Amino acid sequence: MSRSEELNQQMDINGIEKEKVLMVGAGGIGCELLKTLVLTGFQHIHLIDMDTIEVSNLNRQFLFRKSHVGQSKAKVAREAVLKFRPGVEIVAHHANVKNQEFDIDFFKQFSVVLNGLDNLEARRHVNRMCLAAGVPLVESGTTGYLGQVTVHIKGQTECYECQPKPAPKSYPVCTITSTPSKLIHCIVWAKELALAKLFGDKGQVSDLDVRPTSNEDGAVSNDPDEAQFFEVRSGENSKAYAERVFDRIFGQNIVTALQNEDTWKARRRPDPLFLEKVLTEDDVVTTNGVCSSEGTISASASLGLKNPQETWSVKDNARVFLESVQLFLDKRSKDVGKLVFDKDDQLAVEFVTAAANLRAHSFGIPMQSLFEAKGMAGNIIHAIATTNAIIAGLIVLEALKILSNKTKECRMTYCVEHPSGKMLLMPVEMAEPNPRCYVCSETPLVLELNTATATMREVLEKVVKRKLGVTDPVIMQGSNLLHESGEDIEEDMVAYYTALLDKKFVDYPTPITTGVVLTVEDYHQDFRCSLHVKHRETFDEEKEPEGMVITGDLASLNNTDASAQPSTAAPSKIQNGHAEEEEDDDVVMVEPVPKAATAGTKRKLEEEDTQPTEKRLRVTESVPIEV
Amino acid sequence: MDPSTELLTEQEAAVYDRQIRVWGVDAQRKLSKARVLVVGMSGVVAETCKNIVLAGIGSLTLVDDSPVTDEASAANFLVQFDDSEGQGITLAEVCAASLRDYNPMVQVKAEAGSIQSKPDSFFGNFDAIILGRSSVSLKKHVNELCRKQTHRIAFYTVDVRGTCGSLFVDLRTHSYTSKRAKDDKDVQLELSYPSFEESLGVRWSSMPKRTSKLLFALRCLEDFEETEGRQPGHVSSQDLPALLAFWKKACEAQTVAESLVPEALLQKLLRAGSTELPPVCAILGGIVGQELIKAMSCKGEPLSNYFFFDAGDGKGIIEKVAPNT
Repeated sequence: MSRSEELNQQMDINGIEKEKVLMVGAGGIGCELLKTLVLTGFQHIHLIDMDTIEVSNLNRQFLFRKSHVGQSKAKVAREAVLKFRPGVEIVAHHANVKNQEFDIDFFKQFSVVLNGLDNLEARRHVNRMCLAAGVPLVESGTTGYLGQVTVHIKGQTECYECQPKPAPKSYPVCTITSTPSKLIHCIVWAKELALAKLFGDKGQVSDLDVRPTSNEDGAVSNDPDEAQFFEVRSGENSKAYAERVFDRIFGQNIVTALQNEDTWKARRRPDPLFLEKVLTEDDVVTTNGVCSSEGTISASASLGLKNPQETWSVKDNARVFLESVQLFLDKRSKDVGKLVFDKDDQLAVEFVTAAANLRAHSFGIPMQSLFEAKGMAGNIIHAIATTNAIIAGLIVLEALKILSNKTKECRMTYCVEHPSGKMLLMPVEMAEPNPRCYVCSETPLVLELNTATATMREVLEKVVKRKLGVTDPVIMQGSNLLHESGEDIEEDMVAYYTALLDKKFVDYPTPITTGVVLTVEDYHQDFRCSLHVKHRETFDEEKEPEGMVITGDLASLNNTDASAQPSTAAPSKIQNGHAEEEEDDDVVMVEPVPKAATAGTKRKLEEEDTQPTEKRLRVTESVPIEV
Repeated sequence: MDPSTELLTEQEAAVYDRQIRVWGVDAQRKLSKARVLVVGMSGVVAETCKNIVLAGIGSLTLVDDSPVTDEASAANFLVQFDDSEGQGITLAEVCAASLRDYNPMVQVKAEAGSIQSKPDSFFGNFDAIILGRSSVSLKKHVNELCRKQTHRIAFYTVDVRGTCGSLFVDLRTHSYTSKRAKDDKDVQLELSYPSFEESLGVRWSSMPKRTSKLLFALRCLEDFEETEGRQPGHVSSQDLPALLAFWKKACEAQTVAESLVPEALLQKLLRAGSTELPPVCAILGGIVGQELIKAMSCKGEPLSNYFFFDAGDGKGIIEKVAPNT
């Protein structure tokens, strides 16, 4: 076609039809991106997405229809695009990008990787894979009218992890269990504690009981029947159970909490809610018998509460609470005992809304509608088609620059809602790599071993100490500590590390297999590097007697002769630091809402040595969030 | 039923959930009543239509009688592969079918006949009109007709030439609510827009120095096409000498230096001819879609009154071009 030739000339694009690109994510940005890529002339596209299609995707993920709900996003997106460009080769992977099959060699086959992801964890993973494979990455994100596109080229621009990412929101345990002051505290309580306690896996529920006060001064003794209380008793019907639980968690627990006078000296005292006071004889719960709509079991449908935008009265919240508990026991008994909160689970959202509102009412906090509570509980990202389309267009423009070797012209672009000045789309030069970035500052290393037989002890001896010259290694997998050495380690951690030492890598809590990146650190040497694990069955006994091989640019490592290091150095301040910080780090996590950058965002490199371990200890990674 | 208490249907609430979290139920309800007319199914217009149909406008009417050709579908994904074999089917009909499929809750229809053949009363049936690539005189004509109606008709004209895109907006007088930056409170605001013709009358010499060069270059090109009796976009690199002569005269008339626009930009636009770079269509179509949604829902500060994007430098710039009153 002469048209595209003309354009390709203008953009200095030669032969993009030969380039092979990888798209990660076939959601809001992904649908737009796939369409724009094929229209632009890309012929070879791999597409990875583990998700299936939901009704709430249909307002922006235009390649999907209602009839596709439940099907693989990657596969349906491929089919839809082939309808207007049948000749294009699109390989759809309905899979997690973190799977073993997508190893460094897989990434190496692409000219550029384009991200349209919805969670931090996967973004970080792809960033590392691209760094390891030496493939440029175009990264993106949107929230409402805001969006951004960034370009990450190894050695030339900063990597995705060069800048610290906003920490996940967390709330102190006592705020959640005893002294909520905002509705979000009540929602976290309802979702993480109440829902989990009643319907979740009893073994998984944290040590945080549904209990009103901390035991700080011993005023509240542990209730011996606490564990049994939330079991359905023999001969008890679901209504009786629901009423018993209601009085316990909204009534008795508050009464008990009030006994702890110290807590309420400077706070408003909460009002206990007992069922007989909330619902009088006249308010007998009447259900219309229609507890489902379009096959969804719903307490609000059953009670005839139609408007999700309306804030229910206290009575209605009580009704929804009772009805949802009964529906779980009567209609969804299969899920009871293993329920995990899901924003698309109507009944779970109703339970959480009602429980959070009732608790909020006790504590004098304004209640909210089902719609609003769902957004808060599910960390739902505001999403519209237009921003995704704009961002997808910008991603393709950056990809074209990369493929025509004009990487100097690559820009980070912000799409803003309220332009400062007249720039609605604002390109900014990419920053250089952060020399202190623990992810990209060193040449990543590849560690090949048999993950079915290898242990931490072997890796420490044969690789970390011998090859990398590390004396006091700290080994991490993502944010989890797997090994530490030194004197100032708490006893329980020492026991934990010892237990892991001889465990086979595949048997780890999070198995160490192909694609896993182990971070190796040594505080004494101010050294850190990444080991990209790659599984291999057999090794040449003569050439590879150790049964594991490490490859990469070893010469560039900033390690010095290990023997020159003092063998028994005093523990570093950092270690003391986290020992102290750890004491009080029991926090309830909710997933972070990515903050899209706005105009005028200051970009500065963090001067302090903030990254390594202390802030990331025990911080649970976020669960995927909706784009 | 009182519109403020009117509920969205269960289907609307489920499908539109994520966007209602951006603009609210009230805006969604207003949007679902908007009647939109679109003229000329170029790539950027196809993008725009996709965006506003997904968002859930009330109805969309497409006008484009041209046949379905490879060229017509180069940047238009609404045309499916087997459609190009259809005989006697217009581009508007083919696009309407795809759009209906995107969102069955929106009424989409193809209107036969050219826009020039429509009586003045035809335009009164709409709340917004989006003109794709058209001549300066057609833009003036339709904009004037919009302004003559008793109810406000939002007017947009959008075009992509190669790597460059432009948008003009006329909302006449527009009242809207917007969040105030300092306290995040909703405030009621009003904006007045000049007509297309009034904006053309603003002298170049009176415009700020840093005004987007695309504004001048595109005006010159469109005037050139009209004077030469060309279809918009029917130009090529061979027209450069004639265009440069035309540019020189325009600069003299506007009393500005010829260096206002680099020759390379004019050359680039000529070379693009009628082609549209798809990512630029996506960007412009996204902007027009979002502006139409803001205008129809009376929520959020709308763009006023020109927008230019050039993939060359990646800047998306808003220009206010209005006569001093």
